[in-house]
Amino acid sequence: MNLDFAFLSWPVIASFVLKGFLFSLQLTLIAMIGGIALGTLIALMRLSSKPWLVMPAAAYVNTLRSIPLVMVILWFFLLIPGGFYGAIAGDFGRNHRTEISAIVTFTIFEAAYYSEIMRAGIQSVSRGQVYAGYAVGMTYPQCMKLVVLPQAFRNMLPVLLTQTVILFQDTSLVYAIGAYDLLKGFEVAGKNFNRPVETYLVAAVVYFIICFSLSMLVRQLQKRIAIIR
Amino acid sequence: MNSTWDWQFFLKDTGDGRTYFQWLLSAWGWTLSVAVLALIVALAFGSLMGILRTTPNRFFVALGNVWTELFRNIPLLVQLFLWYHVLPSIFLSLRAIPSFILVVFALGFFTSARISEQVKAGIQSLPKGQRYAGLAMGLTLPQTYRHVLLPMAYRIIIPPLTSESMNIIKNTSVAFAVSVAELTMFAMQAQEETSRGIEVYLAVTGLYFVSAFFVNRVAHFVEMRVQVPGMIGGGK
Repeated sequence: MNLDFAFLSWPVIASFVLKGFLFSLQLTLIAMIGGIALGTLIALMRLSSKPWLVMPAAAYVNTLRSIPLVMVILWFFLLIPGGFYGAIAGDFGRNHRTEISAIVTFTIFEAAYYSEIMRAGIQSVSRGQVYAGYAVGMTYPQCMKLVVLPQAFRNMLPVLLTQTVILFQDTSLVYAIGAYDLLKGFEVAGKNFNRPVETYLVAAVVYFIICFSLSMLVRQLQKRIAIIR
Repeated sequence: MNSTWDWQFFLKDTGDGRTYFQWLLSAWGWTLSVAVLALIVALAFGSLMGILRTTPNRFFVALGNVWTELFRNIPLLVQLFLWYHVLPSIFLSLRAIPSFILVVFALGFFTSARISEQVKAGIQSLPKGQRYAGLAMGLTLPQTYRHVLLPMAYRIIIPPLTSESMNIIKNTSVAFAVSVAELTMFAMQAQEETSRGIEVYLAVTGLYFVSAFFVNRVAHFVEMRVQVPGMIGGGK
C-alpha cells in the first residue's frame, strides 16, 4: 500500500492535532502537580505513627494501584455527578465533562504512584536530619517542610519525572471516555482525510520523540544530581 | 443512575442465549488468556533483549537498546493501534489474524521493553567475577549465561517481574479499544445495556483484583521455591 503523508500540512495539524496536544499537555501538568502534592500528603500519612492516618492512606494507594487505569477512568466518569462539572467550572464545565473528569481522575490516580515515590524519598533521608531539626527546636511540620521534604524531593526528582513521562503516555487512555487528546486529534485527522494508517504512524513517532527526549533529559539530570550529592 | 442496588440482572439473558454472568466469566477468560500469552511473549523477548544488552558484542547491545527504547517510549494504546490498523495495511497477510492475537503481541512487546530493563539490571547486579569465573572454567559465553549468570539473575529479579506480571493483567484492559471481548469491554457494553454501571464495574474491578492477587501469590510461591539458601531474602 502507498503511504501518503502530504495531507498532513500545517493547517491540518493546527486545526486537528494541536488542540489535542494542548489537552494532553495540560492533563499531564495538572495531574503531575496535583498528584505530587496529594501524593506527598498521603506519603506523610503513611509514615505517621497514628494508625488512623496510616490505614486510609495505605488503602488508597493499594486500591488504586491494583485497578487498571482504564477502569478508574470509567469509574470516575460514571460516578461524578453531572452537577459537579457545572459547579466547579460553570458552562465551561458542563461542555467539557470528559476533559474535567479526566483531569480529576488522573490527579487522584497518579497521587497513588507519586506517593510511593515520595515515601521512598522521605525514607531515604537519614534519621539524623530529623533529630537535628528537632534539636534546633523545630516542630514536626517545620522539620518536614524545611529539612526532610526538600531533600526527599531532590533525591526523588528523576524518579518523579520518569513517572511523569509514564503519566504522559497514559494520558492516551482517555480514549476510553472519548476526551480529545493528542491521540484523538490524530485519529480525527486520519478519519477526515481517510488516511488512518499514516496518522497512527505519525502519532506513534510524535509520542516516541516526546517521551524519548524527556527520558534522555531525565537521565542527564540524574547524572548531574548524582555528582553534586 | 438508579439508586437501588440490583445484582439480579446478572442472571438475565443478554439476548444471545447466555446470561450476563456467563458473559462476565467469558470476558474474564479472555482477560486471563491475553495476560498469560502476552506474559509468555514478554518474557521471551524481554529476556532475549535484556541478555543481548549485557553481551560484549556492540551490535547486540545496540539492538537491545533500540528495541527497549522503541517499545518503552510509545504509549501502549498507540502501539496497539499500530498492530491493529497500521501493520495489516502494510502486510496484507496480517489481515486474517484475529485482534486477540494482535493484542497479545502488542502487550507482549510493550512489556518486553520493561522486562529487558529488569533482566539487564539483574545480570549487571552480579559481581563481574562470576562471568569471568565461568569463562575461565572454559565455558562458552552462552554456557556461562545458561549455567552461571541467568540462574542467579532471574532469582534476583523475581520481585520486579512479579509487579510486571500484575501490570500485564491491568494493561489487558486496553484491548477494549480493538474490540476484544475482555473485562473492560464487558464493563462498557454491559453498563450501556443494563444501566447498572456500579454493579457491573464493581464485579469487573473485583475480578481484576482477584486476578492480580492470584499472580502475586503464584509469584510469591515461585520465589520461595527457588530461593538460594544463605542469600539475603532467602528466609531459611
